[in-house]
Amino acid sequence: MSRKKRRLWILLLCGLGLGTATALTLTAFEDSLVFFFSPSDLAAKPMPPDRPFRVGGLVEAGSVSRSTNAEGRMETAFLVTDGTRSLRVTYTGILPDLFREGQGVVAEGRLRPDGSFAASTVLARHDETYMPPEVADALKRAGHWQPGQPPPPAALWNTLTAPATN
Amino acid sequence: MDGNAAPRGRSLHRFANPGRFMRLSGAVLPWAAALGFAVSAVGLVWGLGFAPRDWQQGDTVRIMYVHVPAAWMAMGGYLGLAIASLMSLVWRHPLADIAATSIAPVGAVFTAICLVTGSLWGKPMWGTWWVWDARLTSVLVLFFLYLGHIALTSAFDEPERAARPAAILALIGAVTLPIIKFSVDWWNTLHQPASVTRFDAPAVHVDILWPLLIAGLGFLFAFAAIVLLRMRTAILERRARALMLARAAETRAPEVVPA
Repeated sequence: MSRKKRRLWILLLCGLGLGTATALTLTAFEDSLVFFFSPSDLAAKPMPPDRPFRVGGLVEAGSVSRSTNAEGRMETAFLVTDGTRSLRVTYTGILPDLFREGQGVVAEGRLRPDGSFAASTVLARHDETYMPPEVADALKRAGHWQPGQPPPPAALWNTLTAPATN
Repeated sequence: MDGNAAPRGRSLHRFANPGRFMRLSGAVLPWAAALGFAVSAVGLVWGLGFAPRDWQQGDTVRIMYVHVPAAWMAMGGYLGLAIASLMSLVWRHPLADIAATSIAPVGAVFTAICLVTGSLWGKPMWGTWWVWDARLTSVLVLFFLYLGHIALTSAFDEPERAARPAAILALIGAVTLPIIKFSVDWWNTLHQPASVTRFDAPAVHVDILWPLLIAGLGFLFAFAAIVLLRMRTAILERRARALMLARAAETRAPEVVPA
């Protein structure tokens, strides 16, 4: 085996070891690497009260109620859902522009004794779908996309040959 | 060993010959620079001025035409840095070191562009300039790896001595590339999952996708042109330095023939 080949093998072995070590470390710290928990995560692994954390999911359609509190600030209550379970979230303050029913959100705060979530921050989380508004309207008119639901799979509307217009 | 090994090895080294590299890169550089400028301009003008708005993000989506190509260059540049470092460690070729030191600052600039435009995009859409989610944090780590490589290569007086530690640093850092790519799939992040490189159809409508891909191609040409220019400059600098050292040795000890 030539010296060059030996060096190549040593580097490949080092890379394999480094990759394995990194994979093991990342798996071990998975709970602290996630940015938010879904309502199902919280049902499976309940959070201790008074510990701040983030919960994320979609704003359930028809669950948003707005009111103004005694100090004139806007109060919003809504359900965050992951399709299986949902969690009631309340928030006082101005919401991001993208906030609406069916939109992804990440709320930071803590659980109240009654099991609802008191958010101190609400961030909007948009999905990976990019399309012109006309295409979105056409999909909704054609019944491929229910309002308040996530967009249909890209294979349905993003083809180079036949755009989904009917 | 079979008889084919020798010619194959020579054909690989053909491009590693600095003289041949100077001739070849001198011919390629004007084309790469012109294409980098023109194709980027087409992609950006199309994207910023003529592509449709997005159904949920409106006109804010146009930040994508700078942000996403910059992110591709940040990661592709680091891949190039890692490959050059591997070739430097295995074959000990000076041209691979020159390629690595030439890529690092360019990659760092594109990573900075990616981070800044991402922050400018995050504020109106997500409602925050920055969060410590897995995607954003791993790209910041990539930026620091680039800076670390620059600092390490410039910490040595003789660039040849910096090659090995810098190559090892670059190869260790390459572990962040899959983490960046798959962070949005492995963990919950605020950043959305991949839109373009997916197994099924891209989740970006073709009217938005085309200008994005063209801008990406333009950025690639521009990246290549800047790196080639930097490599040529580095080779000429090394030659000038060697000549000056030889001349200094000549005047001090005329009987010694410079190597």
